[in-house]
Amino acid sequence: MSADPRLAALVDRADRLYRDYRLSSVRDWKARTGGLAVGYMPIYVPRELLHAQGVLPVGLMGGRDDLEIIKGDAYYQSYICHIPRSTIELGLNGSLDCLDGMLFPAICDVIRNLSGMWQMLFPGMLVRYLDVPQNFDRDLGGRFYRDDLEQLARDLAARGAAPLDADALRHSISLYNEDRRLVRELYALRGRAPWKVPTHELYMVLRAALVLPVEESTALFRTYLELVTHDDTRKPLDQARVLLTGSFCEQPSIGLIRTLERAGCYIVDDDFVQIHRFIQSDIPVDGDPVENLVVAFLTDAMASPTRYVETGVKGDDLIRRAEEGGAEGILFCAASFCDPALLDQPMLVKAVERRGFPWTAFKFSENSGQFQVIREQAGTFADSIKLWSGA
Amino acid sequence: MTTRQTATPVDVQKDASQVRQKAMIARHFDRLAAAPDTGEKTVYTFVPGNLTELLLSFDILPVLPEINALQSAMRGKSAEYISVAEKLGHSEDVCTYVKSDIGMLKSGNIGPTGQRLPNPDVLLLSYTGCFTFMKWFELLREEYDCPVAMLHVPYQADGRVTESMRRYVVDQLRQKVIPVLEQATGRAYDEDRLRECLARSAEAEDDLVWVLQSARHTPSPIDAYFGAVYYVGPIFSSFRGTPDAVAYYRELRAEIAERIRLGQGPVTPDGDLETERFRIVVEGPPNWTSFRQFWKMFVDEGAVAVASTYAKVGGVYDTGFRHDPSHPLESLADYCLGCYTNLSLPSRIDLLTRYVKEYSADGFLINSVKSCNSFSAGQLHILREVEARSGRPGGFIESDLVDPRYFSAANIKNRLESYFQMLEQKRPGGAA
Amino acid sequence: MRYTVGIDLGSTTTKAVVLGDDGTILGRGITNSRSNYDVACQVALGEALINARFSLIDGELARSGLAADLRARQLARLERAFRAEQYRSQLRVLAKELRRFLARLLTKPKGLGKSVDQIVASMEAEVDDLYAEGARRKSDFFRDLAGSRYLALAEAEARATGVGFDTLAGLFDKAILDVENSPEAAGRFEDHARAALAGIPEVDERLPAAVDRVATLQLEQIGSVGTGYGRQRLPFPEGQIRSEILCHGLGAHAMFPGTRTVLDIGGQDTKAIQVDDQGIVTSFQMNDRCAAGCGRYLGYIADEMSLGLHELGPIASLSTSPVRINSTCTVFAGAELRERLSLGEKREDILAGLHRAIILRAMSLLARSGGVKDEFTFTGGVAKNPAAVTALQGLLAENYGELTVNISDDSIYTGALGAALFALRTTGVRS
Repeated sequence: MSADPRLAALVDRADRLYRDYRLSSVRDWKARTGGLAVGYMPIYVPRELLHAQGVLPVGLMGGRDDLEIIKGDAYYQSYICHIPRSTIELGLNGSLDCLDGMLFPAICDVIRNLSGMWQMLFPGMLVRYLDVPQNFDRDLGGRFYRDDLEQLARDLAARGAAPLDADALRHSISLYNEDRRLVRELYALRGRAPWKVPTHELYMVLRAALVLPVEESTALFRTYLELVTHDDTRKPLDQARVLLTGSFCEQPSIGLIRTLERAGCYIVDDDFVQIHRFIQSDIPVDGDPVENLVVAFLTDAMASPTRYVETGVKGDDLIRRAEEGGAEGILFCAASFCDPALLDQPMLVKAVERRGFPWTAFKFSENSGQFQVIREQAGTFADSIKLWSGA
Repeated sequence: MTTRQTATPVDVQKDASQVRQKAMIARHFDRLAAAPDTGEKTVYTFVPGNLTELLLSFDILPVLPEINALQSAMRGKSAEYISVAEKLGHSEDVCTYVKSDIGMLKSGNIGPTGQRLPNPDVLLLSYTGCFTFMKWFELLREEYDCPVAMLHVPYQADGRVTESMRRYVVDQLRQKVIPVLEQATGRAYDEDRLRECLARSAEAEDDLVWVLQSARHTPSPIDAYFGAVYYVGPIFSSFRGTPDAVAYYRELRAEIAERIRLGQGPVTPDGDLETERFRIVVEGPPNWTSFRQFWKMFVDEGAVAVASTYAKVGGVYDTGFRHDPSHPLESLADYCLGCYTNLSLPSRIDLLTRYVKEYSADGFLINSVKSCNSFSAGQLHILREVEARSGRPGGFIESDLVDPRYFSAANIKNRLESYFQMLEQKRPGGAA
Repeated sequence: MRYTVGIDLGSTTTKAVVLGDDGTILGRGITNSRSNYDVACQVALGEALINARFSLIDGELARSGLAADLRARQLARLERAFRAEQYRSQLRVLAKELRRFLARLLTKPKGLGKSVDQIVASMEAEVDDLYAEGARRKSDFFRDLAGSRYLALAEAEARATGVGFDTLAGLFDKAILDVENSPEAAGRFEDHARAALAGIPEVDERLPAAVDRVATLQLEQIGSVGTGYGRQRLPFPEGQIRSEILCHGLGAHAMFPGTRTVLDIGGQDTKAIQVDDQGIVTSFQMNDRCAAGCGRYLGYIADEMSLGLHELGPIASLSTSPVRINSTCTVFAGAELRERLSLGEKREDILAGLHRAIILRAMSLLARSGGVKDEFTFTGGVAKNPAAVTALQGLLAENYGELTVNISDDSIYTGALGAALFALRTTGVRS
C-alpha cells in the first residue's frame, strides 16, 4: 500500500497558496473575472454577502515566521501582538495591492485601531471596521448588524461590485453551507482518526482555502476529504488527544503545530482559521437571506473570547467541544499580548478544572522560530495524559 | 504637601474646590461602606460611557473599578494586587487595571479610603471604547451573583455617529439597561428625574470646558494633564448630574479665573509653577504608580500640559457635546458614543492636531501605556501624523497605568530631558 | 592654552573629546566605565589630554619643518614608549596594592606571596615586548591588558605551585579598583614623556625640544559639557549637561556636515536622530524599555560563545547563508543560540542572522523617527562591527535607495564631540 500521489500534490498546492504572500491566485482571479477582491482579518465576516456581489473575499491571517518585518515594527510598541505588524508589512511592501478593500471585524482594540491606520495608509481602499454586535437580540443587535451589512453592500456596489440581490445571496449562502459542511466533516474525521488528518496538513488546506473562490475551496476540501479518508498508509500512534484553544486570530507557525504533534499530541479540535467553522450549521436558504445571515451570526456562532457571553457559563462551549471531540486534555495556546485570549484564559481554566481536564498553557508569536520549551512542555503534558489514562 | 503613601487626588492643592471635592468623595465612600446596612443599592461600572445620571435617577450608587485601581496605585498597593492576580493565572501581558482590581477584590475589597466596598447589586457593563471592559466584567461576574446589564456602544470607525448606531444604543438603554436597574432597585424609570440630572450635568460641563480651555492663556493657569486629573474627577466619576458637581465646577472656574487675573501658572505638587517654558499637548493616560515623580519631571523643566486627551476619556465636551435634558436617552447615547477612546485613529489625530494649534503648543508628547491597547495601538502612527500636520515635534515615552514594574524613572527622565532640550534648541534663537 | 571638553558617559565606556578654542579637535580619550563615574571621567579626560599633547607635539614638529613621514615615525615611537612607561607605573601601583591586600588576608596560603611576586616580575619583564613595534595588544585599557596577563600567569603559577588560582584572581579583582582610582598610577605626562624620550634610540633633535615645550604647557579648561547614559551622575553642574540625543546630532553634523539622519547603536540603547543643516535635532526615537537589539545584546552573545565582542563581526562576515532570527531579546539570547548550535547551524550563519536582527530593529526605529534621509551617519560601538555595517547598508539600499553612508573611525566619540562643541558655544569663544 502506498499513499495516493494526488494527496501529496494537493498538499503541495495548499502549501504554495499558504506561502504566497503576494496572493497570485487572487491576482489571477481578478485578471480572469475583472471582479473586486476584498481582504478580511480574523475571525468572521459574512463572506456570502461579498460573494453574492461578485466580490472575492480574501482571508488574511498575518505573516509567518519567514516574513521579515521592516516597516511594520515602526508602528507598534513591543507589548503589542505580532499580527498587525505583519499585516502592515504586507500592505506596505505591496503584497496586498491587489485588494480593493479591507474588512476589520471587531476582535479587539488592536485590530480596531488598525482599521483607522489602514484608512490613512491606504486611502484608495474601501476600509471598513465591521462592528459586529455584542447584543444578540434580533431587534437590537440584529437590527444594527443588518444596517451595517446593507451599508457594506452599498459601499461595495459603489465601488463597482454588483448590487446585492436576494437570489444571488441565497445561492452564495448555499455554496458556503456546502463549504462549511465539508470542513465540519474534516474536523469530525480528524476527531475519529487524527492520524488520517494531521493538523499541520489540515491547517494548510484551511489556510489555502482563504485565498480561493468558494467554488474552488469547496472542491479542495472535497478532494482532500476523499483522499485522506481512503489513505490507509497513515497508521495510528499512541498519542494524547488534545483540544487546542486560544489561536483564533494570530496563528502559530506550521513549525509550532508540527512540534506539538511530534511531542505526542493529536490535536482533535482547535481554533485555527475559525472562519470556516464560525457559523456552526447550515444557514437557511429560503426567506430573507440578509436576515438569515444576521440570525446565524446572532444565534449560531461559535463561542469566542471576542464575543460576549450573555447567557450561560463561560467555558461551557469549550467543555462541550472537548467532550464531543474526545479530548483528553486542553492546550491553551494564545498569542503573546492577545487580550481576548489571555483575559479569557483564567475563566476557561476554571471551567476546564471543574470538569477535571488536565491542561497546560503557553504563548507564541506568529514569527516564533524556537519551540524547544514548548516541545518539552507539550511532550511532558502528552506523557502525563497517557500515563493517567493507562493507570 | 502630603507624602506619596497617603496621596489621593484631592491632596495636591488645598484650594476651596479641592476641599469640596475631597469631602464629596469621602461622603460617597461613606455611603458605599454603609450600603450593606442602609440597604442602598450599588452598581459597578466604567468611566468612559458612564451612565451616572441614569444611575442617580435610580438612586443606585456607582463603584468605578478603574478609579479604584488607579487609587490603589497611588496608595502603593497595586504591585501587591497585580501579583495576587497573576498568581491566580492572569497573564502578565494583560491590562493591569483588571489585575489590580481582581487582586484588590481577592484581598478583601478595601477601597481607596480604607473602607470595604460593598458587593454590587448590578454590574453595568457599558462597553465603550475598550475591549477589555467586556472581559473585566465577565471576570467579575464570576465573583458576584448579580445581574449584568450589557450596553454595547459601537465604535466611531468612520469618524461619525450614524442614526443606526444611536438607535442601537438608545434601544439597548430602554430594553436592556433600564429594566435591569428597575429590577435591582425596585423603582420605576423616572424620566423627569433623569432630565433634572442631565440639566445639572450640562451646567457643570460648561464650567469644566471653560476651565480646560483656560489653558489657551499664556501662561496657562492650569495643567491640563496632571492637574486635569483632579479637575475631571467629579464629572468622570460618580458626581456628574449632582448639585455637588455643579457647585464644584462653579467654584473651580472662579479659582481659575482668579489665577488668570493674577497671571499665575498652574498649581503643582511643589507649589505654583513660576515660569512656563514649554507648552505641551499630551496623549495617553498618566502613570499612576509614580504620578508625582512623573509630574515633577515636567515641572522641573517648566513644562505645562495645555491640553490632553486623557482629560477626555470620560467625555469629549470641548467639541460641543452637552448632555441634553430634552433628549435624555439620545443624549446619553451620544455621550457614550463620543468618548475619546471610542474615536477612530484619524479622528484622534484631528483632535490632537487641533489642540496643538489652538493651545499654541510647542510640541506634543505621547505616554504610551502597556496596559491599554485601546489607547496605545497605533500611537506611533499618531505621532508621525500629528508631527506632519502640526509641524511640531512629538515625543514618545512608555510606561504603564498601575504596574510599577513598567515605570523606569531613569529611562523616562532621559527621554523627557532629551525631548525638552530638543524643543529648546529648535526655538528661533534656541539656546546652545 | 585653553580648551573645552565634552564627556560622554556611556554604559560600557566613557569618552572625552578636547577642543582647542578654535574648535579643532586636540585629543580624544576613552576608558571602561567600570569604576565610579567620577574616576571614569577623570581617566577619559586624562587620556584625552595626553592625546591632545601628542597632537600638539605633532604640530610643533610640523612647524619645525620635519617631514610628515619622519614625524609620524618619531611620534609613534614616542607614543609606544610613553604607553610602556605609563603601563610600568600602573604596574608598580598594582604590585603595591596586591601586596597590601595580601597582607590583609586572614589566612595566607603558603607560597602565596612568592607567587604574587613571581607574577608581577613576569609582567614587568614583558612590558617592552608588549609595546614593541608591531606588537598586538588585545585592548588599550590597563584593566583588560594587565588582567588577561595576570590571570594567565596566575593560572600557570597555580598549576606549578599548587597555590589557589581563585585566591590569586581575587587579589587582582580588589587591587585593580585602586589602580584605576589612583592618580599615581596614571602618572604625569611630563615624567612619562621624558622617560620615554630617554629610552628611544636615534631621536631627531627636534623631538626633545617639542616635548619640552608641550609637556610644560599649561592646559586650562574653560568649558565642559557632559552627556551620555550616566550624565546625571557626572560631576558637572546641571547647566553643563546635555542629552546624548542633542550631542550625537551635533557631533555627527560636525564630522559629516551633510548628515540628516543619524543612527547610534550603543551598549544600552539605540537612537535614531534626524538633524537639520545646522546639526539641530528635529526628531528622535529611542529603543523600547528593554535592551533588545542594542550593543549589549552582542555582548551577551559574545559571552555565550566565549568570544571577544570585536570578534563577532568578522566571524559573521564569513557567513554565506544567514539564519533567520526573529527575536533580539537578551533574556532568550543564550537559549536560542544553544538550540541553534545544537541543530547544527553554523556559528557564522547564526551570528550573521543575529547582526541582521539587530539592524532590523534599528530600521524600525529609523522609520519611527521619520525615515532615512541623505546623508546617513552611523555611530556608536556597533558601527565598528563589519557585519552590522554590511547588514545596514543592504537594508538601507533596499528601503531608501542609494545614499551616502558615513562611518567615522572615531564614531565612538560622536557624543563627546557634540558635547565639547556645546561647551565651546557656552564659553562664547566661538559661536
